[in-house]
Amino acid sequence: MATDVHGPVSPAATPVAQAVHVEGLTRAFDGRAVVDDLHLDLAPGEFVALLGRSGCGKSTLLRVLAGLDRDIDGTVMVPRRRGVAFQAPRLMPWKRVWRNVLLGLPGKPERALAEQALEEVGLGHRVNAWPKTLSGGEAQRVSLARALVREPDLLLLDEPFGALDALTRINAQRLVGELWQRRGCAVLLVTHDVEEAVLLADRVLVMDGGRIAHEQRVELDRPRELTDPRFAAIRADLLGRLGVTPAAQAA
Amino acid sequence: MSISHAPPHPSDAAGTAKPPASPTLQRLVPASSRRSRLPRWLRRTTGPLTLLVLWQVLSSTGALAPDVLASPGRITQVAGDLIADGSLPSAMGISLRRVAAGLVLGTVVGTGLALISGLFRIGEDVVDAPVQMLRTVPFVGLIPLFIIWFGIGETPKIAIITLGVTFPLYLNVYAGIRGVDTQLIEAGESLGLSRWGLVRHVVLPGALPGALTGLRYSLGIAWLALVFAEQVNADSGIGFLMVQARDFLRTDVIVVCLIVYAFLGLLADFIVRSLERLLLRWRPTFTGR
Repeated sequence: MATDVHGPVSPAATPVAQAVHVEGLTRAFDGRAVVDDLHLDLAPGEFVALLGRSGCGKSTLLRVLAGLDRDIDGTVMVPRRRGVAFQAPRLMPWKRVWRNVLLGLPGKPERALAEQALEEVGLGHRVNAWPKTLSGGEAQRVSLARALVREPDLLLLDEPFGALDALTRINAQRLVGELWQRRGCAVLLVTHDVEEAVLLADRVLVMDGGRIAHEQRVELDRPRELTDPRFAAIRADLLGRLGVTPAAQAA
Repeated sequence: MSISHAPPHPSDAAGTAKPPASPTLQRLVPASSRRSRLPRWLRRTTGPLTLLVLWQVLSSTGALAPDVLASPGRITQVAGDLIADGSLPSAMGISLRRVAAGLVLGTVVGTGLALISGLFRIGEDVVDAPVQMLRTVPFVGLIPLFIIWFGIGETPKIAIITLGVTFPLYLNVYAGIRGVDTQLIEAGESLGLSRWGLVRHVVLPGALPGALTGLRYSLGIAWLALVFAEQVNADSGIGFLMVQARDFLRTDVIVVCLIVYAFLGLLADFIVRSLERLLLRWRPTFTGR
């Protein structure tokens, strides 16, 4: 998708291509606004991480974008083709892995399609397995393959690495980064892990009080190094925004 | 507990650390070598066999009169006679046919109602309350009413079995549908499944374990209902055989019929188990076999 960002852009006349456009979104539970007059734009192919303390409304926002929560006010524009990976893999335990991957695809998709998607996440050898026999990391990768097999223009990730152990998480993060670069879809990653956000995203948003409270561009070359002083600076700044004091950071 | 006899702490200030005293080691015997040489199945059969021998001895010595309970030998002999003259096989055939008819009807009605009230909110409002009310009526109590309605032919017997089968199935299928993980339903929605697709790929498979539990209960109740139905003015079937035997004080025939009931029940249970193994292969408990 060619978007000439260097040309003279007059916002009113030529609308820039967008993967997500949210304007004045409000979602209230029993009168309490969890998402409150929120504005958000994602460019096609952009990787955005959404940080925030638990209960700040970041998961609610993702559910709205996924189309799972329609009790909303405001404008929400999202691509028709969306993929979602939740914190739990949410695979149907009664379907073999490859059938899980193809579930919901229109028509009669070929098994080869699932095999290809599973190969891409490094699970070509578990095509025929039952989901309950997979390890946590494997199940999460199946869930990722299931989201990617429908070639989404927008990939929504709701803390997909939250339940993984530290070693598995590092691999899964790297995998998501690679898949994103290969596929070129826009990604919204909801997480509470600042390091993960800075490692992967073009842009990190901090959500607080139901809106985007802070925005931070990450203009470091990929692959990014945790030891890079600029990385550490961004990380420290974001932690500060999230209310983590420097003393606690050092600990 | 007194600690006064504890050895002095080894960390002397002088620094001449003695090597720690080596504890006495104990061999842990593997479980397999401790097992008795008698195989398990043999040990398990000794209990019932002892009872059987005791029963035979009591009968042979006359301590247990034949009109109270026939001896095992006599029962075996009678069973052979009943099979030889064809009365037992024909009675079994008739009884089996009744159970099958009631089971099929009850499964259709119970599952159908559960689907209506499980899948649709309006169905729940309309169907669930009446079913829950009817459920509390003991179905055996309806036999007199059914005889007045349907006469004394096959219909009231099958109706009783149908009724007994319907409710456990309804309850379990309904609970199974309503118990499907909402997270999975949401995942299905996020994958773009239609309403029917959600039912087919998420709700029904998710309700299957509950449905099979219901089927097991239903089978048990079907035999129970059969016994009741056949002992009230029947002219054929195992129940009839028993009523007839009662009139002639033939405890041997009664015991043979009871054994037949037990075997039929075991057979039914085996069928459901096989179904479970086949349909619930995805559950981790079934992968190991």
